[in-house]
Amino acid sequence: MTMKASTRQVDGITIIDLSGRITLGEGSVVLRDTIRDSVGQGVKKILLNLGDVTYIDSSGIGELVSAYTTVRNQGGELKLLNLTKKVHDLLQITKLYTVFDVRDDEAGAIRSFK
Amino acid sequence: MNATRVSYTLDSSLESVNKAEETANDIATKSGFESEEVQRISMAVREAAVNAVLHGNSYDPRKKVHIAFETTPSALTITIRDEGKGLDTEEIPDPLAPENLLKQSGRGIFLIRAFMDEVRFRNMEPGTEITLIKKLSGDSRDGKEASQ
Repeated sequence: MTMKASTRQVDGITIIDLSGRITLGEGSVVLRDTIRDSVGQGVKKILLNLGDVTYIDSSGIGELVSAYTTVRNQGGELKLLNLTKKVHDLLQITKLYTVFDVRDDEAGAIRSFK
Repeated sequence: MNATRVSYTLDSSLESVNKAEETANDIATKSGFESEEVQRISMAVREAAVNAVLHGNSYDPRKKVHIAFETTPSALTITIRDEGKGLDTEEIPDPLAPENLLKQSGRGIFLIRAFMDEVRFRNMEPGTEITLIKKLSGDSRDGKEASQ
């Protein structure tokens, strides 16, 4: 299953809904391009919804880190929403769980942006 | 001791990485591992195959990836060999070190080690061979026997 990304706006926050596999190749490229497009349009507040992400490998984890640093370097904020157990466990193992602001409730996540 | 061995020679491509992962998933499932362990094994194999294709063979179409799965009643052993210039495991940075935490790459071998019981590297001159071993616990074996 390939990865899909769709973008919507809620209360000034850009929510990117991801589904499928974020792995080396197509999945990672889709995520990278989506983040690049958003940042290029001046978006500063991004919520990445990973609820329908079925699988992520080390390349996908690297792409999440890259998305985080890209947005932060532009003075913005990127948060994660709805981690599956698999993704949650991977972020724990790699010590990235404490790096990302991880949320499990969309409305609360939107309110948390400054 | 009953042992079953299957081996493949694959091109240096992303399709080969997916094939290695899918095969690991099938064989680990048939060996009686629980689903969470199956996911970990197939992810470790995927990461090792990515290393072979990307870092070892650098997508060179003349170079192949050799992968073998050996199952015994007590363990699943997977061997993945590339034809690249070799890997110095001493030089692999710790991805958990604060200075590496936000690096984009460098987590593959760490995850392989986290998910498998035993991981060995061998310099084949040329190439690198990685051996991944996952032991079947007594509970997993009992479950498999009970379901047969």
